[in-house]
Amino acid sequence: MSKKPYHDIPGTTIFDPAMALMGYHLNQFAISLMKAENRDKFKANERAYLDEWEMSEEQKQAVLARDYNWMMSLGGNVYFLAKIFSTDGLSFQVAAASMTGMTQEEYAQMMLDGGRKPEGNLYKQEQHNG
Amino acid sequence: MAKITAGVATSHVPAIGAAIDLGKTEQPYWQPVFKGYEYVKQWIKEQKPDVIFLVYNDHATAFDMNFIPTFAIGCAPEFKPADEGWGARPVPTVKGHPPLAAHITQSLIQDNFDLTVINKMDVDHGLTVPLSLVFGQVEEWPCLIIPFAVNVVLYPPPSGQRCYDLGKALRKAIESFPEDLNVQVWGTGGMSHQLQGPRAGLINQAFDNDFLERIVDKADELAQVPHINYVREAGSEGIELVMWLIMRGALNDDVELKHRFYHVPASNTAVGHLVLENKGD
Ligand SMILES: [Fe+2]
Repeated sequence: MSKKPYHDIPGTTIFDPAMALMGYHLNQFAISLMKAENRDKFKANERAYLDEWEMSEEQKQAVLARDYNWMMSLGGNVYFLAKIFSTDGLSFQVAAASMTGMTQEEYAQMMLDGGRKPEGNLYKQEQHNG
Repeated sequence: MAKITAGVATSHVPAIGAAIDLGKTEQPYWQPVFKGYEYVKQWIKEQKPDVIFLVYNDHATAFDMNFIPTFAIGCAPEFKPADEGWGARPVPTVKGHPPLAAHITQSLIQDNFDLTVINKMDVDHGLTVPLSLVFGQVEEWPCLIIPFAVNVVLYPPPSGQRCYDLGKALRKAIESFPEDLNVQVWGTGGMSHQLQGPRAGLINQAFDNDFLERIVDKADELAQVPHINYVREAGSEGIELVMWLIMRGALNDDVELKHRFYHVPASNTAVGHLVLENKGD
């Protein structure tokens, strides 16, 4: 398959139709958590609730580990996955920080300082983050 | 006849809604954000629009993976604020304008913009945060609102050019409606932000300020910017900015810039805001 034009954007997963196909059941599981009764079921027994969905074992492991980068590599979309970290009582900023390898404090300070700078973060070959 | 008099653009960060709902607007973190909206709060009281055509996107709230319309128009008499997972925002129900929405649907589809019609939908922070920023905390929204949802969650969203052209067709649609109505078009979302992956937190002030500059009087040039530039330079979620081009396309070529505001950060996001009036009206 030819390379997508965004393959060289560092640290970024573009949720395109191929990813959406892979992540269908994972995302549908996540959005089910908008309902309080489903949140309760999930919290009571995460594994049992996940087993009600046609997700791959790896997708289930990624959810149990709350590894959002892993979930996104398996087709998760951040707006859907937001229902999982909301169920955990976490904000978007805390969840975003967890995906960067920074502590929540470091991440919050980076945002106060004007956010992650574009310099060095637009193309993979020049990437040095921070 | 109905007339489009003005456009408003604003970011719609959910944390801004939470700050309003929880009474945190005077806190040092939030105070500079809300200061940027003092102008529009006064301005809207003088403008008194009858209807706002509000362009926004749903964030995996009303639309799950089963249905993902690219352009969807809300034709219902009312739309409830959605429970996005932590209870619905304490804001009024949004009242629509079904006859105008039906007229716009007819006109846009005949102009080759194939819309999805929505007759039942809850609206999320993408729509309600801009209303709160402009109208504040109110018992009832002071005008009718037609929600217009654009897919920016599943890549690719519509192109900037497509959005800009839709705006132009929208103007024709609205201004052929026989009732005398003062109509505003709002574009929401952005500015630069990325909520996911190791690059989360990306903010590109140069990109944002160039966008704020060019959308005023070089919009036809700005409309040609391809998707890849948005996602690379403004972050994977910064692509929401294409929605502002619908607003801009619906206005005259000549507009008067009444207010421009930019601030970093609100949570993970750069906040941008414009008030534009049609010239010569
Ligand atoms: Fe958004």
